[in-house]
Amino acid sequence: MELAGLYRQMLRARGYELAVEDLWHRGLIAGEMHLGTGEEAVAAGVVTLLGDGDGLALTHRCSPELVVRGVPIVSMLRELLGCEDGLCGGRGGHMHLFSKEHLAATSGIVGASLPTAAGFALANRRLRANKVAVAFTGTGAMNSGMALETLNLAAAWSLPLIVVCIDNGWAITTSSEAVTGGRHVERARAFGLRADSVDGTDVRVVHKAAGKLIDFARRGKGPTFLLASCPRLDGHFLGDPLLRMARQPMAEGRSTFAKVISSAATRGGGGLKDRAGGMTRMMSVMARARRGPVRDGRGDPMLAARKAMKRHQSERDRIESEVATEIESAVEIALADFGGSADA
Amino acid sequence: MPEMNLGQAVDRAIEDAMARDDSIVLIGEDAPMLRAPLLARFGADRILGAPISESAFFGAAAGAAMAGLRPVVELYMVDFIAVAFDAVLNHIAKLEGFSGGRWKVPMVIRAPSGGGYGDGGQHGQSLWGTLASIPGLTVVIASTPADAYGLMTTALAHDGPVVFMEPKLLSDNWLEFLGSGGRDTVSFDVPTEGAVGPVPDLPHATLFGKAAVRRDGSDVTIVSVAVGVHRALEAAEKLLPSNVSCEVIDLRSLRPLDIETIVESVRKTGRLLVVDEDYREFGLSGEMAAICLEAALSPRFARVCVEDTLPYARHLEDAALPNVDRIVEAVNLLVDV
Repeated sequence: MELAGLYRQMLRARGYELAVEDLWHRGLIAGEMHLGTGEEAVAAGVVTLLGDGDGLALTHRCSPELVVRGVPIVSMLRELLGCEDGLCGGRGGHMHLFSKEHLAATSGIVGASLPTAAGFALANRRLRANKVAVAFTGTGAMNSGMALETLNLAAAWSLPLIVVCIDNGWAITTSSEAVTGGRHVERARAFGLRADSVDGTDVRVVHKAAGKLIDFARRGKGPTFLLASCPRLDGHFLGDPLLRMARQPMAEGRSTFAKVISSAATRGGGGLKDRAGGMTRMMSVMARARRGPVRDGRGDPMLAARKAMKRHQSERDRIESEVATEIESAVEIALADFGGSADA
Repeated sequence: MPEMNLGQAVDRAIEDAMARDDSIVLIGEDAPMLRAPLLARFGADRILGAPISESAFFGAAAGAAMAGLRPVVELYMVDFIAVAFDAVLNHIAKLEGFSGGRWKVPMVIRAPSGGGYGDGGQHGQSLWGTLASIPGLTVVIASTPADAYGLMTTALAHDGPVVFMEPKLLSDNWLEFLGSGGRDTVSFDVPTEGAVGPVPDLPHATLFGKAAVRRDGSDVTIVSVAVGVHRALEAAEKLLPSNVSCEVIDLRSLRPLDIETIVESVRKTGRLLVVDEDYREFGLSGEMAAICLEAALSPRFARVCVEDTLPYARHLEDAALPNVDRIVEAVNLLVDV
C-alpha cells in the first residue's frame, strides 16, 4: 500500500482514539480505557496487509487495529457508550470487542491474544487456503505462560501465525525490561519462529517488514514474530496515576509522596540501604514516566508520517480533512440519541 | 479509633504485620508502584515487582511459603486468578493435605473483587464460590474497613493459604484507579459505611469462621458478603415501613463457614434470602440452602445473585448485580404467603 493510504489509516486510528478520550472524560464511557495512541504506524503497517478470512486477535489496547481493519467505528463507539445497538450489544465494552465477520477478537486478559490467534491460524489452515492469523501483543504479555506456550505450539504445528509484539517499554506501570529475561526476538527464534524487529514509528518500515513475515506465513512456511517499538503516549490507561503523578507532581502526587516519605521514616522495617534503594527505585520509575514521549512531540508516529507526506501536500490536506469529517460524523451519529446526557 | 477507608485498612494491616514478621514478603505486578510506601520502608527484597506471569509467581509463592517465607501475593483483580489457577487448585490448596498435615503453606492471596464500575465481565467477577469450594483454602471477604484490617491481620498469622477478598466498590484506591481514573464526571453507588469507617485498636484481629449479624430481625434472614451486605441493609431499612423485619448476616468468612449463626437465625425467621454478587448456580446460595436442609430446616428460600456474564454497560451491570430493588422484591415474595 502507498504511503497515502497508510497515512489515512493512521489518522483514522488517532482520530478515533481522540474522540474516545473526549467521551471518556465526559463520563460517557465506563471503566478502564487503554488508548492505542502511539501504535498507529504498527496498526496501519500490519493490519492493511490483512483481508477477508485473515484472523486478528487483540489485547485490551485494541482500537487502532480494529479501526484499520474496517470494523465500523460508529458501532464501536456505540459499544463504548453502552448502547444495545453497539458492536457487542453494550455487553462487551472496550476490552471485549468482537467482530465475527472480520474474524477479530479482543481480550482483557494479558497474553490471551496469542492462543486465540493460534486457533484462528489452525482453523484457517484447514478451512481457508492461504489465510493467516495475526496476534497483537506487548512485551509485558510475552512473559505470560500462555504466550510462551503459544510460540512453541505455533512452531510445533507450523501454524500460519504472525505475532506482532509492540514494545513500548512498559508492562503496565513497570519497566518491561526490568521484569524480562533475554531478548524477545531471540526468544522467538529460539522457538523456531522467523523473527524480525522494526522501528514501529515508521509506517513504511513496519509495512515492509510485516509484509515479508505475513507472506512467509501465508506460503505455509510457519509462524513468524515481529517486534515493533513505539511509544505509549497516554499511559497504561486514561487517568494512569503514574503518569498523573509524574506529569503533575504537585497536584496529583503530593499525598502519595507524603505517604512514601513518612513510611520510609517509620521505625521498624528495612535498613537504611533497603529504604534508600526502595525510594530510588520509585523515583526512577517516576522519572522514566516523565521523560516519555508526548503526543505531537518527538517520537509521535503521526508526526513522522505527516512529515513523510509533505511532498504530497494537497493529497495530505485532502486526507486530513476527509478523516476529520469521517470521525466527526461518526461521533455525531453515535451520540445522536443521547440528548441532554451527552452534554453532561 | 482511627478512621480509614477499606483499602487503607488492608494496606495498614500488611504494613503492621511486615514490621512484626520479617518472613512476610509481598509479590505482585506493579508492586513497587502500587505499594510504594511499603517499598520505601521495607526495600526491594520484600516488595517484589513481578512480570505478568501469574502462573509462575503464584507457584513460586507456594514454594517460598513451603520453604519458610510468608508471601502476600497480589492480583489486580480476582478474575486474573484464572491464569494462576493450577497453582491455586492443585498445589497451594493441596500441599497440606498431601503431606498429611506435615507441611503447611502460609501465604495470602490478596484479590480485589466485584463490579459496579463498568469494567466488563473479565474484570468484575467475584468468584468466591468457586474458590471456597476447594478444600485446603481459607476464603475471607471484608465488607468494612474494620474487618478488612482484622481479617488481613488474621490471614497474615494463619498457617495455611488464605484468599483475602477486597470489594473494589468499597475500596477508594481501586475505584479511583480502575473506575474513575481521576474523573469527576462519573459516579458509583458506593455504600459509605462499607467504604470508610473506624478501625478499632491496632493491631486487632477478626476471627475466621465467625459471621457478623449486622442487623437483628425476625421475619427474614438475609445472608450475604461484601457489597451485598450493604445492599441488604439498605433494603431492610426500606422494608421497615411495611412491617417486614430483616436480619442481615455478613458471613465474612466462607471457608470456614459459621454454620451455627446462619442456622440459628433461619430457625428463628423461617425464611432465607441469599444475596450474592457471585454466580447463582453451584455456589454460595445453593450452599446456604444445603446447610439449612442438613440442619433439618426447610425455610422459604430465595436468592438474588448474578445470573449471567456481567455486562459492560453501566445500566445493564447495575441490573445484573444484586441491587436494593431486587432484594426488596425477593423479600416481599418470601413474606407474601
